[in-house]
Amino acid sequence: MALTRALMQLRPIVAALGRHKVATVLIVLQVALTLAVASNALFIVATRFIHLSRPTGTDEAHIFVIRNEWKNGQNAAQIDTNIRTDLAALRQVPGVRNVFSSEAYPLEGGGGIPLGLKLKPDQKTHPKLAIAYVADEHAIDTLGISLVAGRNFHPEEIAAIGPYDKMSVPGIIITRSAAEKLFPDGSALGKTVYLPAGPATIIGILASLQGSYADSSVRSIDEDSVLVPTRYLDPEGVVYLVRTDSTAMKPVIAAALKALQERGGVRLIDPKEGVVTLRQARERDYATDRSVALLMSILSGLLLMATAGGIVGLSSFWVSQRRKQIGIRRSLGATTGDILRYFHAENFLIVSGGIVLGALLAYLANVGLMKVYELPRMPLYVLPLGALLLWALGQLAVWGPARYATKVPPVVAIRTE
Amino acid sequence: MWGHYVALALRSSGRSKALTALVVMLLAFGVSACMVSYAVFRATTSDPIPAKSSRLYVPQVDSFGPAVNWNGSEPSPVLSYMDAIALWQAQKASRQTLLYPATWQMESDSRLIPAMPLSGDAVTADFFPMFDVPFRFGGGWTPTDDARHATVAVISRRLNDKLFGGHNSVGQEIRLDEKTFRIGGVLDDWNPKPRFFDIASLGIPEIFNDTGDIYIPFTRAIDMKKGTKYDLCPSYSTDLGISDWDKYLHSECVWINAWVELATPTDVERYREFLRNYAQEQQRSGRFSWAPNIRLRDLMEWMAHEHVTPKASTLSMLVSASFLLIVMVNVIGLILARFMRRAPEIGIRRALGASRAAIYRQFLIEGATIGCVGGIFGVALTLLGLRGAGGLFEPRIARIVHVDASLIALTVLLAVAATVISALYPTWRAARIQPAWQIKINS
Repeated sequence: MALTRALMQLRPIVAALGRHKVATVLIVLQVALTLAVASNALFIVATRFIHLSRPTGTDEAHIFVIRNEWKNGQNAAQIDTNIRTDLAALRQVPGVRNVFSSEAYPLEGGGGIPLGLKLKPDQKTHPKLAIAYVADEHAIDTLGISLVAGRNFHPEEIAAIGPYDKMSVPGIIITRSAAEKLFPDGSALGKTVYLPAGPATIIGILASLQGSYADSSVRSIDEDSVLVPTRYLDPEGVVYLVRTDSTAMKPVIAAALKALQERGGVRLIDPKEGVVTLRQARERDYATDRSVALLMSILSGLLLMATAGGIVGLSSFWVSQRRKQIGIRRSLGATTGDILRYFHAENFLIVSGGIVLGALLAYLANVGLMKVYELPRMPLYVLPLGALLLWALGQLAVWGPARYATKVPPVVAIRTE
Repeated sequence: MWGHYVALALRSSGRSKALTALVVMLLAFGVSACMVSYAVFRATTSDPIPAKSSRLYVPQVDSFGPAVNWNGSEPSPVLSYMDAIALWQAQKASRQTLLYPATWQMESDSRLIPAMPLSGDAVTADFFPMFDVPFRFGGGWTPTDDARHATVAVISRRLNDKLFGGHNSVGQEIRLDEKTFRIGGVLDDWNPKPRFFDIASLGIPEIFNDTGDIYIPFTRAIDMKKGTKYDLCPSYSTDLGISDWDKYLHSECVWINAWVELATPTDVERYREFLRNYAQEQQRSGRFSWAPNIRLRDLMEWMAHEHVTPKASTLSMLVSASFLLIVMVNVIGLILARFMRRAPEIGIRRALGASRAAIYRQFLIEGATIGCVGGIFGVALTLLGLRGAGGLFEPRIARIVHVDASLIALTVLLAVAATVISALYPTWRAARIQPAWQIKINS
């Protein structure tokens, strides 16, 4: 009933709008631009948010990392001893659950070793690229990740290698994501793959573990990680990943550093950046994404507020211009509800016009942004959502002026200005 | 007359307070969003070395070939050791330098200062004059020092303050990776943003970091087997047979930044020709199995190519410009409402003899006045926004953003310009009002 009455009102509304062409066009244009910009901006927020909230698969809340550099002039054997001694010392620290040494850590934003995995030794096509972590039998427990198939490394499988040595190992553990890409039929466990240095058997499959880059440029292989059973004797330094029992890591970090300080002569640990928790690493690694998301949200909010403000302003002006007509309608029997509906219907019409134009602009803007910023194509459901938002915004904005219009007494009709 | 129009504008604003406040606030928000974005954009795209940037060029030679290049046909941004040395020794430019960032363990004689890792760059003698690097004490080293692989070092003012209490330390010694170096010079404050000279090595997040503390001769760093963590090897062939440092030097791994200084377009053309010939020679000798693929970009082109400006910055520029556009559309409507409401007044003015030009003048000045007020609020919001920049942008970028007089002037100017442009159409409508008609219907 209300709907048919509203529809019956449409003809006079359209006719009235024809007399305010410019103002109507301005609101239509404004709504259109708002839809185009806000839908794209909010879409960017959504993509950034999805990107920065990706899990690493690890027990981030309980892990911290010590970046330890070796003093110059130590040979491989000395470094090997250092690492073994350090790991043993760190395990004795109260509050430490487990620890292992590697060359990189999740959310580091670099550091991992890119590793090409071939299915055949003489494969000529590009091998499957993955990111390797150097690991031992403690790695899985330290990271808080879990095997879905196969087994962990045995202590005797961990070989020490130097920077120029070939990384030839009998077995590796890979993530499910990497396994499915290498062997789509799900038969990865027990299969042999060829590392640059030789063949290796897949002895275990992890539920998930993110590579150390976590960057948009390697996003396609972020989940394709490999654990390589070696102790890497890099003369530059080593990374200790430590898992703690509780989330209160400060005392554990201090105790761990103190434990390492006992053999302080062999090492350098940067006082500022030497220790980082994975929580901090996440903050740092995704700073850009968070900044983009925040900026776009703020700007979209301002944009919607500006548009609402504009609608309130122009609607108020229209109401004040039409006081006489409103008075006449009221004296001819129109109820306050009729007046209210008139302005809401008028606003709905104008905003709809803006939405049609805006959808087109939003699409064009998305195509442009895809070229410049490698943004994915905007899914179609974003536009109806944006349209709903603008309709709601328009109705809300016009509510005040429309209420004001209903207060116009019928007697205005017979008054002169 | 101007003063009178401004007074009129303010008086009419007083009559429609809500509408005026709305316009002013819209303008203030639109303009300040643009200016905050612009301040960040300006800080990240500015020329780090304006006096020289048009003469500094980055030569690139494709040593990976089309089978390995993952960035289309674009050669890698850094050079292999072999190519770098060949270009450097050819001396085809008026100045040339090779450099790469590295980290050293530094020890000094002072017992109060513990050994510490310090980062910096291995560079050649031309580095200092080429990039107008300012010295506080002493100076750089000579090409002879390069040839002799001298153990000379240039240190930053920051490090000099720490080690020597800010005194002239030229001639003193420090140990880097257990090798004794004589200090040849101490830099004055020098912190170009971005640190353009090794952006190809560092990559996006680190290029806004501070410059390093140590500079030593490139040739000496190679002798020390000093690698960089920023190298790139033609991936899919990890069995390149690199089993020691010497094999690494002669591999196709790329890691060295090269810069040449070329004064005139003729020099640039000549150098490009030289690069092409060099690549051709490599093709003839069988090292490259592809046609010469070279690039020679000047500093600003290079920064654009390396995407120095953060994405967040360009995106926020784009979105805030659209925001201002929407605000302007909005303001056109509101000013139209404001002027049309005063149709009777305009009619009377016209009837009393005011010309169309006078109406134009009055209403455009009214627009400018509103714009000016909007601009002043805009400045306040911009300052507020920049104060919050640390929370909005990455800390290392927020740190280099600064406010100056030109930014404030530009804010007000932008607000006035935006309002006057928005007021053009409403003013035109106002000027078209027929004097007699208005008087008649409102009698």
